[in-house]
Amino acid sequence: MTQLEEVTLDEIRHLVSERAIEGETMLLNMGPQHPSTHGVLRLLLELDGETVVNCVPDIGYLHTGIEKNMEAKTYEKAEVMTDRLDYLNTVGNNLAYCMAVEKLVDLDVPVRAQVIRVILTELQRIASHLVWLGTQSLDLAAMSVFLYCFREREMILDILEMVSGQRMMTTYIRPGGLWRDVPIEFEAAVRDFIAYFPKRVNEYEALLTKNPIYIDRTKGIGVISGEEALHWGLTGPTLRGSGVNYDLRKVRPYMGYEQYDFEVPVQDAGDVYSRYQVRIEEMRQSLRIVEQALDTLPYGPIRSNNRKFVPPPRSELGVSMEALIHHFKLWTEGFDAPKGSVYVPVESPRGELGVFLEGDGGPKPYRVHWRTPSFIHLQALPKMSEGHLVADLVAIIGSIDIVLGDADR
Amino acid sequence: MSKFLLSVVQTMIERFELEERTFRDETTLMVSPENIVEVCRTLHDEFDFNMLASQTAVDYWPQEEPRFNVVYQMHSLPQNVYLCLRVPVPGKNPTVPSIVEVFPNANWHEREIWDMFGIRFDGHPDMRRILMPYEWEGHPLRKDYPLGYEEVQFTFNFDEIDLRKPYVKE
Repeated sequence: MTQLEEVTLDEIRHLVSERAIEGETMLLNMGPQHPSTHGVLRLLLELDGETVVNCVPDIGYLHTGIEKNMEAKTYEKAEVMTDRLDYLNTVGNNLAYCMAVEKLVDLDVPVRAQVIRVILTELQRIASHLVWLGTQSLDLAAMSVFLYCFREREMILDILEMVSGQRMMTTYIRPGGLWRDVPIEFEAAVRDFIAYFPKRVNEYEALLTKNPIYIDRTKGIGVISGEEALHWGLTGPTLRGSGVNYDLRKVRPYMGYEQYDFEVPVQDAGDVYSRYQVRIEEMRQSLRIVEQALDTLPYGPIRSNNRKFVPPPRSELGVSMEALIHHFKLWTEGFDAPKGSVYVPVESPRGELGVFLEGDGGPKPYRVHWRTPSFIHLQALPKMSEGHLVADLVAIIGSIDIVLGDADR
Repeated sequence: MSKFLLSVVQTMIERFELEERTFRDETTLMVSPENIVEVCRTLHDEFDFNMLASQTAVDYWPQEEPRFNVVYQMHSLPQNVYLCLRVPVPGKNPTVPSIVEVFPNANWHEREIWDMFGIRFDGHPDMRRILMPYEWEGHPLRKDYPLGYEEVQFTFNFDEIDLRKPYVKE
């Protein structure tokens, strides 16, 4: 790196209005160490008194070069980094990446593995929404909700730890199936959660849904219409809160989502409150999916039998020479993927998580690009926050549910 | 390929003389840089492609002509269809017209591509770096940009690595 260049006023002049140059409005820095920016987001605010005239998000403080790093690893080893992107949706990231690899090399996934994948991603969705609900209400000064949400989230993390040995960075879903089968206590633990959780959602709702302070802080704040939301590429609960009924699990079912009976909650107002309602209802629907999936969980293999891409089970290594060779080749060289690119979108708790994966015929991904919902939602923040108070900006940032690891990659 | 996508692809090929590629049921159209804005506008206005799902680039270094491909994922929600567009870009002075006017969310995508690949977008309102620090040199996702790990020193390469070490030597 050479000498630091100063940012001249000319370079950022086009970002603020003329009034800021004349000193009529105030420029204020919010973040990157501000508790309500949910990480390390920096906002350059132009304020007229308390009102936001202009909001310029500045991201990149959590850029870790994951896309570059993945290019230097084999397909299987690169997966470890996918957990670190959106650290509240680790299982979902694994799923998106594995689906992309499976599509690229044309690999099958056994039914049992698919069902377990669905159970875990839906539990993860609930966990992610719980963190969102907790932090969002904490930002709006409802402290107790935060404590309750993290109590329930811990149950889900315990289940993840039970199956994978890790609370958060699980890397449990692997290309072609799963790392190993779920332990025997898994079903009882999930059933406990299913029995326990609905009452808790009602409790959260009792604390917030009709709370006049919460309603005052959220209704009519950060409104974006359905058409505009589409125009800005918003997806997930943020889009559904604006009255567009669109859920990738319904319209482009993957991993057997078409077998499960669930509803896609939609609200029309397009404000912070309607996004809150959508997410609360989504937690209930996710629980329905988990219950149905658990009821239909079949027995069978948890990994594909295609030995060219999926390592053989441990038990075969001692008795089969081919298994030993495959094991050795897969863990040293990896597998070759054909030349070509695929784009796989899945529904993450935040919206459409898309993986663009290009292979060059070798064992390493030639290019991986993550279309992450947080990145795209942040872009619409200036649009949503225009004309609102600084205190409302906090509510809006919370309502689009950004994870900076997801935005900066 | 769905009927809808088939008709879109045929129309686009006739109108703009594009090349079509298919891999794993995904359709890709190769678009020249001059046409990209018009192609995006046609897809948006006439064929209900109402969302730009994703935009990125791929570097094919050391190949020079074209060195880069800018990849657009167009998404039509009403028709539930994805369509991929690829724009080949030469390695020397890579420039592509910006599509911010058609899809406003291309703004940050294009800034990211500029930051990571050094491809400029003509007509972009705010062409600054987005993820890397503003004074950063180079474009990290280019293939000729090293990963930057520290090499392990052995006796046979000690001197060679020592030469490049930043600490003060006696």
